[in-house]
Amino acid sequence: MSVTVEDPRIVEFDVRTDEMLVNMGPQHPSTHGVLRLLLRTDGEIVNEVTPHLGYLHRCAEKIGENLSPVQWIPYTDRMDYLAGMNMNLGMSLAVEKLIGMEVPEKAMTLRVLIGELGRIASHLVGMGAYGLDLGTFSPFLYAFREREIILDLFEEACGARLTYSYLTIGGATHDLPGVIPIPPGLAQLTGRDPNSAVQWTEALTMFLDWLEPRIKEYHALLTRNHIFIKRTAGLGVMDREMAIDYGCTGPVLRGSGVDFDLRRDGDPIYTRMYEGYVWKVINAPFADAPREVVLGDNWCRFYVRMLEVKEAISLVRQAIEKYPSAKGKFRDSHKMSAKLPADEVYLETECPRGAMGFYFVGDGNTEPFRARAKSSCFCNLAPTAPLCEGYLLADIPAVVGSLDIVMGEIDR
Amino acid sequence: MTAEEIRDLLVETFGEEKINGANLDAIDPWVEVAPAAIAEVATFLKHDERTKFDHLNCLSGVDYLQPDPKKAKTFNHEPHIQVVYHLSSYDLKHKITVKVKLPRWKDGNEGDLPEVPTVSGVWRIADWHERETFDLVGINFVGHPNLVRILCAEDWVGHPLRKDYEFPLEYHGMRCK
Repeated sequence: MSVTVEDPRIVEFDVRTDEMLVNMGPQHPSTHGVLRLLLRTDGEIVNEVTPHLGYLHRCAEKIGENLSPVQWIPYTDRMDYLAGMNMNLGMSLAVEKLIGMEVPEKAMTLRVLIGELGRIASHLVGMGAYGLDLGTFSPFLYAFREREIILDLFEEACGARLTYSYLTIGGATHDLPGVIPIPPGLAQLTGRDPNSAVQWTEALTMFLDWLEPRIKEYHALLTRNHIFIKRTAGLGVMDREMAIDYGCTGPVLRGSGVDFDLRRDGDPIYTRMYEGYVWKVINAPFADAPREVVLGDNWCRFYVRMLEVKEAISLVRQAIEKYPSAKGKFRDSHKMSAKLPADEVYLETECPRGAMGFYFVGDGNTEPFRARAKSSCFCNLAPTAPLCEGYLLADIPAVVGSLDIVMGEIDR
Repeated sequence: MTAEEIRDLLVETFGEEKINGANLDAIDPWVEVAPAAIAEVATFLKHDERTKFDHLNCLSGVDYLQPDPKKAKTFNHEPHIQVVYHLSSYDLKHKITVKVKLPRWKDGNEGDLPEVPTVSGVWRIADWHERETFDLVGINFVGHPNLVRILCAEDWVGHPLRKDYEFPLEYHGMRCK
């Protein structure tokens, strides 16, 4: 760039810029875990992005070959650690399909209830963390306040707050709890006596009643916020063809305008869980989007997640209603040492971050001959390079954050 | 289309020598394709109006070798490696599994990775899946633009998901075993 200098007091500096290689991560707060992005920058402009993965690689698939499927469930918790329940469910369903097991209605209802509650908790973190990426702190605090109550309820149900191993082959490890001490957060928010006791389902309904009107506030803080729209709308645009070509799934795919959800379009063993529920698949474009928004941009992906929380709340409510009259037991017995048939199965389920696939090859032994976990985030992260190139350095967290990745699942 | 119709369509288009076999009674019916023809078959499956397999769900490698003598008696496979492609179509809502069978080592020379043409030019996500399969199972995807390790460290030795893989005793001075 050349500047014509007229004022002799101004010294002309050479303002050409050199390209610079910048390592973003692996210890960077907005890379959502240990992701390293190698950026080739020209000043503030990013010309090339190379993602480096594997910092959390634990060879879960190799471990899976040496354990029976029931023993492998705790490892699936640690893949997508923000949605452990949904990971347990996906893995259990794949094994059930392989051994030809059909779980009773009660177990299915429990799974819908727990799975959708897990989706709410996961999307709340996604929402809060995305706010952090864009420099707003309050939504993060609100999201964690709400998630805390869900974790308290999960803790009452299975004893764990993060790595649940609750949904297992045949159903769940325990039935839903009866009377529990009221979660402290819930008592505070609803003005109840913190020493009182409530039914678990009653506490859940109280929480949902409290959460549902709050969603409007999150929209005011984020999706309708002028600064948020400026940072997300029209950025990181991924059209329908690109999203499909890169194997993107879940909210990333639906944000690009594909009307596809495995809960409706997936394998019969999975979709029959959702029979009889009234809900709809959320996908872009949105009629109520601000005018700056382009189909398949950061804003669309984020908005899909926000609307899915509302659908999940409705699904949980319906499951609570159904649960007392659902037939059968909450679990069909399955021996830990049961042998797997010499066949193979690949099953995908709709986890909060996308389609998580489990591929099992049996060979007549207890341990699967091959256990493979296809990560949804792995595929959702793949288009990072083309999505980020040409943008400003400050937009990289906005694009990567909108893909909502969890490194534990990508690296396995 | 059902798996049988897809198999018949492939046999009709490519002939028996490129479509080696199929198992239509399996839980996920699969069609076996000759290694050299996989890129061609994949391109056809993606672009043909009748199949339109625009989504590559998963690409995995499986090492068929049973080193455990106790388990070997129920194991009736010759030692080989499979590359498994799970495909589905958003428009036509059908799916199929495609398999390619490879020798465990190229030309029987231990250490030379078996070769199969890449499909990263057909589905772009195959780029990363193939890198992962190369890294963990040890398959050389010929024609891949950047076939380097993705999950293990760059200087890692061996391919951990091979059944005869031996864990290293140490890695850069860190004890592993």
